[in-house]
Amino acid sequence: MSTAAATHDDHHDHHHAPTGLKRWLFSTNHKDIGTLYLWFSFAMFLAGGFMAMVIRAELLEPGMQFVDPEFFNQMTTVHGLIMVFGAVMPATVGLANWMIPLMIGAPDMALPRMNNWSFWILPFAFTILIGSVLMSAFGDGNPSAPNFGWTFYAPLSTKYGPDSTDLFILSVHMMGISSIMGAINVVVTVFNMRAPGMTLMKMPLFVWTWLITAFLLIAVIPVLAGAVTMMLTDRHFGTSFFDAAGGGDPVLFQHVFWFFGHPEVYIMILPSFGIVSAIIPAFARKPLFGYASMVYATASIALLSFVVWAHHMFTVGMPLAGTLFFMYMTMLISVPTGVKVFNWVATMWRGSMSFELPMKWAIAFVVLFTCGGLSGLMLAITPVDFQYHDTYFVVAHFHYVLVTGAIFSIFAAAYYWLPKWSGVMPNKTLGELHFWNSLISANLLFFPMHFVGLAGMPRRYADYALQFADYNFWISIGGFWFGLSQLLFLAVAVLCAMKKGEKAAAKPWDGAEGLEWEVPSPAPFHTYDTPPVVK
Amino acid sequence: MQSTLFHRAAVGLTSLMISGMTFASDWTERSELDLRPGVTQVSQDIQDLHTTVLWIVTVIGLLVFGLIVYSMIRHRRAKNPNPSSFHENVFLEVLWTVIPFVILIAMAVPATRVLVQIDDSAESELTVKVTGYRWKWSYEYLTYEDDNDIGVSFFSNLATPPEQYNNPVLAGGLFPYGTAKELVGKEAPEKDHNYQLEVDNKLIIPSGQKVRFLVTSDDVIHSFWIPDFGGKKDAIPGFVNEMWALVPEGKEGTYYGQCAELCGKNHAFMPIAVEVVTQDEFKTWVAEEKEKAASGPDLTPFTGLDQAMEEGKQTYASACALCHGANGEGGIGLPFAGTDFATKPEYLNEHIDVLVNGRAAMPAFKAQLTPRQIAAVVTYERNAFGNDTGDLIQPADVNDHE
Repeated sequence: MSTAAATHDDHHDHHHAPTGLKRWLFSTNHKDIGTLYLWFSFAMFLAGGFMAMVIRAELLEPGMQFVDPEFFNQMTTVHGLIMVFGAVMPATVGLANWMIPLMIGAPDMALPRMNNWSFWILPFAFTILIGSVLMSAFGDGNPSAPNFGWTFYAPLSTKYGPDSTDLFILSVHMMGISSIMGAINVVVTVFNMRAPGMTLMKMPLFVWTWLITAFLLIAVIPVLAGAVTMMLTDRHFGTSFFDAAGGGDPVLFQHVFWFFGHPEVYIMILPSFGIVSAIIPAFARKPLFGYASMVYATASIALLSFVVWAHHMFTVGMPLAGTLFFMYMTMLISVPTGVKVFNWVATMWRGSMSFELPMKWAIAFVVLFTCGGLSGLMLAITPVDFQYHDTYFVVAHFHYVLVTGAIFSIFAAAYYWLPKWSGVMPNKTLGELHFWNSLISANLLFFPMHFVGLAGMPRRYADYALQFADYNFWISIGGFWFGLSQLLFLAVAVLCAMKKGEKAAAKPWDGAEGLEWEVPSPAPFHTYDTPPVVK
Repeated sequence: MQSTLFHRAAVGLTSLMISGMTFASDWTERSELDLRPGVTQVSQDIQDLHTTVLWIVTVIGLLVFGLIVYSMIRHRRAKNPNPSSFHENVFLEVLWTVIPFVILIAMAVPATRVLVQIDDSAESELTVKVTGYRWKWSYEYLTYEDDNDIGVSFFSNLATPPEQYNNPVLAGGLFPYGTAKELVGKEAPEKDHNYQLEVDNKLIIPSGQKVRFLVTSDDVIHSFWIPDFGGKKDAIPGFVNEMWALVPEGKEGTYYGQCAELCGKNHAFMPIAVEVVTQDEFKTWVAEEKEKAASGPDLTPFTGLDQAMEEGKQTYASACALCHGANGEGGIGLPFAGTDFATKPEYLNEHIDVLVNGRAAMPAFKAQLTPRQIAAVVTYERNAFGNDTGDLIQPADVNDHE
């Protein structure tokens, strides 16, 4: 993309884009900021992945071999936080930055300076978070890093939290500010900057799903901010929001957290629905089936996400009526989700499919996300959830929707749009190796977790009873394999960034539709100075 | 849970598939791939419900994946070069909205029935208060049949010795190994059959009677879970949650469970072991325990330092080692090895006081340990790990301590 400036239109000669470090630090260009977001999220994916490797090394065999249980808890906690807030969310924001203006024919995001700020907060937020881990790991006698799980339940995180909890609170606040600003930017851009003729119901589904995601973010991130602020005052200013001894309520914490936390799950997966809805029609060479019902299904999922939060809390001792309400509402979510899956299958039906890399990832997404959705339906059945809750069955479920769901779709997006971003085709051999290794190892990693969970192994365990040993061994092998496989993508991405590879046409996929394919590859630094007309 | 067509079909199909394969009743023998059916009616109802739902989602999944695979084969470009262009079908779209809805109702009906049944904890014969501590459980017997004043309570600690789970292969470096540095490279002893599951004092309950557990916590949130009884309940400070179990007669034996809510460092080290005995045995046991409780603490003096050290070593391993380290090197708790606190005579009284009454993060142990155990453990801490004070503390010294 460094050569992008060379392809400037003539009338832009007065514009002197900074070069080198300044180009990235001061950038207000949606493409550069999108690129920053994507590289950052991949770096975080590797960092969080390394922590997963520590977890799997410790669980390879029963007994404590590599780390002490305290450090193990820090790993599970920070792994979760980094993957949710550092890998998946910034990756989808990066995609939104790059693609939304191109897809709706806008010259840039509506609020470019805020765009710069919302990215540059993130490296500092994660330096603070990861710094607490490094201090704990390398400084003998330093306080432990956050060790209360990514869900940071009170009072484990308040009265019993390590000193580094305050660093955690600060960094979560910063991530939240970044997310809210990113979301506002998307909403303003989509509502104000569409090209003439681009009505709402003509927008690509990726734009739709991101618009709905942005509203979810604006609605729930302040709730998260409220939760961590109450923690802060409980810890230092004598309040007792979550402390029963002072008249507070530890369960209140869980209600507040999951009122954020459940919509958060959809914040991570809705953009994926949009990605897959772009890729499957392109490679089936057939229009998306049920466009309108896709939009309505996405909106229904988003609305329902506000009334299901307590399904994460079935065992806290809610009244029967409350439990039943949350069970029914949770089961209901499978209806719009099912509509989406059926629509994707119907899009493939009687198409003329070819299986280039983006399509491979997209189909793997549909199948494996459906597995995660179906185990989600099982978890919704409250009496059975009393057995599944807090076991590896839950771990299997959410890794199916987040790794083979969200992350697989992000890889699909990367392979699909890398030609547009970089101007070269991603290396096919490395890409194929990356896909097949990831597909097989992810299933070796996550599928046996269902069994070990049903057999009764609780999650967040640093050590386990002997009857769980053989499964854990294979899960760990799958984990190391999956982790190493991701380095192949690093090679793919670096090759693209270095412009090594087959040159990409403006529209490298013959079945692809949308405005983004009408600009050259790589996309020039400035696009759509004059808006295109959409018929 | 007798009922729906779905349920009967699912159970029939499953029993056909697993005929000849028996589920082990011993927790340590894992049921290979499926949810454990357990021993209570509730756990078996849950298992049936699980089986029903598992079959439904399996059929749906196979149907969807079958269509995808069929389409990938038949509708690939080589086979079908000219794609169709249909992109709407109101009938289909209504159909695949309505059918899942109907299936959901079919699942919700039996689920509701089981849930209502689980919620009914009335008419129990035994009530036990279960309290979670970091990282142990305590059981207090409140009422049994007509007896409202049992007054029997005890703590239950992990019995797996630390040598079995501390098997470090790296010395310090990137990973702060903390409590087990001295064990690096040492050969680990063979792990017991009930590794990480065995406890020193089991919860004892009668078979054939409904037992109600009142679940709460003293510090952070824990979760009380015995898989074979069906379901778990969170132990939350400031809350008292209810759950119940009725183990049928003829199913006496030991059942294991583990804490299911992250509660800090030793979350994986606070198992639950329940011994289900016949009602006669239970009554005898309760009578014995009541007698012991009534006769006051055992204040017989130790015969010598060796006896106190021997008993202190056992108590230290189960009650102290998790925080203070197997070799007194400290961890979450302060170290003992070579410290002023554990070696200087002026701290002796304070040493006893901290154990009896607690201080800051250190809990009070007077409810958890007998005076004899506290005396033994103080003696041990002052004479082990290289400490050599020669102090011998007697049970009466502790009992007199306010």
